[in-house]
Amino acid sequence: MQSFVTLDGLVAPLDRANVDTDAIIPKQFLKSIRRTGFGKYLFDEWRYLDQGQPDMDVTSRPKNADFVLNQPRYQGAEILLTQDNFGCGSSREHAPWALLDYGFRCIIAKSFADIFFNNCFKNGILPIVLPAKAVDDLMGQVKAHEGYRLAVDLPAQTITTPDGEAIPFEVDPFRKDCLINGLDDIGLTLRHVKDIRAYETQRKTRAPWLFAGN
Amino acid sequence: MTAKTLFEKVWEAHVVRMDGDVALLYIDRHLVHEVTSPQAFEGLRMAGRTPHRPDFTFAVPDHNVPTTGRELGITDPVSRLQVETLDANCEQFGITEFAMGDVRQGVVHVMAPEQGIVQPGMTIVCGDSHTATHGALGALAFGIGTSEVEHVLATQCLIQKKPKSMRVTVDGTLAPGVTAKDIVLAVIGKIGTAGGTGYVIEFAGSAIMDLTMEGRMTVCNMAIEAGARAGMIAVDEKTIDYVEGRPYAPNGNDWDQATAWWRTLHTDAGAKFDAEVHIDAASLQPQVTWGTSPEMVTGIDGKVPDPAAEPDAVKRTSIENALAYMGLKANTPMREVTIDRVFIGSCTNGRIEDMRAAAAIARGRKVAAGVSAMVVPGSGLVKEQAEAEGLDRIFIEAGFEWRDPGCSMCLAMNADQLAPGERCAATSNRNFEGRQGKGGRTHLVSPAMAAAAAVTGRFTDVRDLT
Ligand code: SF4
Repeated sequence: MQSFVTLDGLVAPLDRANVDTDAIIPKQFLKSIRRTGFGKYLFDEWRYLDQGQPDMDVTSRPKNADFVLNQPRYQGAEILLTQDNFGCGSSREHAPWALLDYGFRCIIAKSFADIFFNNCFKNGILPIVLPAKAVDDLMGQVKAHEGYRLAVDLPAQTITTPDGEAIPFEVDPFRKDCLINGLDDIGLTLRHVKDIRAYETQRKTRAPWLFAGN
Repeated sequence: MTAKTLFEKVWEAHVVRMDGDVALLYIDRHLVHEVTSPQAFEGLRMAGRTPHRPDFTFAVPDHNVPTTGRELGITDPVSRLQVETLDANCEQFGITEFAMGDVRQGVVHVMAPEQGIVQPGMTIVCGDSHTATHGALGALAFGIGTSEVEHVLATQCLIQKKPKSMRVTVDGTLAPGVTAKDIVLAVIGKIGTAGGTGYVIEFAGSAIMDLTMEGRMTVCNMAIEAGARAGMIAVDEKTIDYVEGRPYAPNGNDWDQATAWWRTLHTDAGAKFDAEVHIDAASLQPQVTWGTSPEMVTGIDGKVPDPAAEPDAVKRTSIENALAYMGLKANTPMREVTIDRVFIGSCTNGRIEDMRAAAAIARGRKVAAGVSAMVVPGSGLVKEQAEAEGLDRIFIEAGFEWRDPGCSMCLAMNADQLAPGERCAATSNRNFEGRQGKGGRTHLVSPAMAAAAAVTGRFTDVRDLT
């Protein structure tokens, strides 16, 4: 996994609540058996006017000029700023894969849905929860100032605005460590394989039916 | 001994070790489908790893399978590759698969309880958010992402922080025609789609315990639509009777030992929850969603809301966006909303009881002119049973299509889709924009309400038809 330490990036505002993973990446693209290549279909139904299909040449598709990510000023954005309950709905990890493939490394929201939040950390994306007031203020700033950037510092747990204000944020220490060091949690868990085997042995005596075989 | 919740009992039985407040949680059964697993198996192979417990892992293709003309195989090459990839991965790693063509094949969350793979007190995961369904048996079951699928394959464990607990108590007696689906839609309407975020919800109360196992599965299935990690319901004799005799259920001595533990799986008197919600069952009407999120729901006597009456600006915009997408005008009575399509099926409402409830309304009636309606059983065994009871003939005579099992138009990943602007009464669980096809408009209802909409061409109180 790609590590995440600091990021100074252009911010794009997605001013909606309850953005679900069906909207982030529609189901027809879930047929892929790969992890990459989803960025061009990110928010497909909002970004394009026609119906997207896998392996379509997206460069010739009609774009929805009203959709925020299609505006020239937000090209190259790496930070997505959004409202409550981002990433709700389906557990598809294709949603963070698409966001990452498009170029987003950090998502700032008032709140996230659980599974999506979890999936971000597994893919080197930092999801940050800020209080409603802070998100509303940033939303106003981003919309008002073209080229608005934020500097995210994960070790320091701060987001610095262009006028130098540092906004603190919370992050779980275990997840922070994994993200900074780009650690794969399977490797971490496999260090405890003895504990897992010991658990299985004692469980087998208490709940033998689970191990009865079929 | 301190009083414990059902959730705590199951959680504590599965903690392998703790690192600070992070648990390594043992997973008893891992369910796998074709959409969220290929990248996980690929990851295993790339790292030279093998599944820790292939015998605890069960796979089934469901999202991409066609629901008609199955003898021709899957015609879409991209879908076919995904299903074939699952077949090959199961073969390579020695995982039991209920492949296409096996009568046991069906939506993963219908198949697994039906086979007895899911049992009380287990921890169960699947790369699918509706894994919450299995909590109906007193299990702790939740959806995970593909990286976690790979983690569980490799280690049979998951790294988890203990969620908070919420109890939703539904007491009283449901009015005739009001079902499990209406309960859960009303719960989501009350607490909102993020109301359960960070929680495991235990559904309790007399109205919940009066439900059949199928009804309980419908309720837990949609816990995720309230944002919850999982839904759970205490074990009672109904639960135990449901499991008994199923192909993967314990036998003999094992059965006695298992049921002795299962009978302890309920919340002790005096146990504390982090949040409590109460609903009076008798106050519920059949529910219909009007918007693009399951919380946008009202009783059949209700109206499409008026955004002008909403003081909160973000909510007002959500309502305006939803009404624009749904093509609805503020203040329209739900009973005046006409429909084009009906979908009866999915892991929420694709079980035998759902087929029976819909057939009871369809019997002797005809699908309204201009409406196309389909019934998609949740598994091959549900289909067989329904046909043995003659339900297929009732549907076909009424003008419904009777399909092969799969996810079908719940998420429209196969050929079953809405056209832009088409309005559908669906028994599935998500009314998100584009869920059933780009521009498609989904209204979530119970099976009986879907059948009632099919035969009248508009949303109708099912109680007017019985
Ligand atoms: S029926 Fe629908 S919700 Fe259930 S597993 Fe299939 S796609 Fe998901």
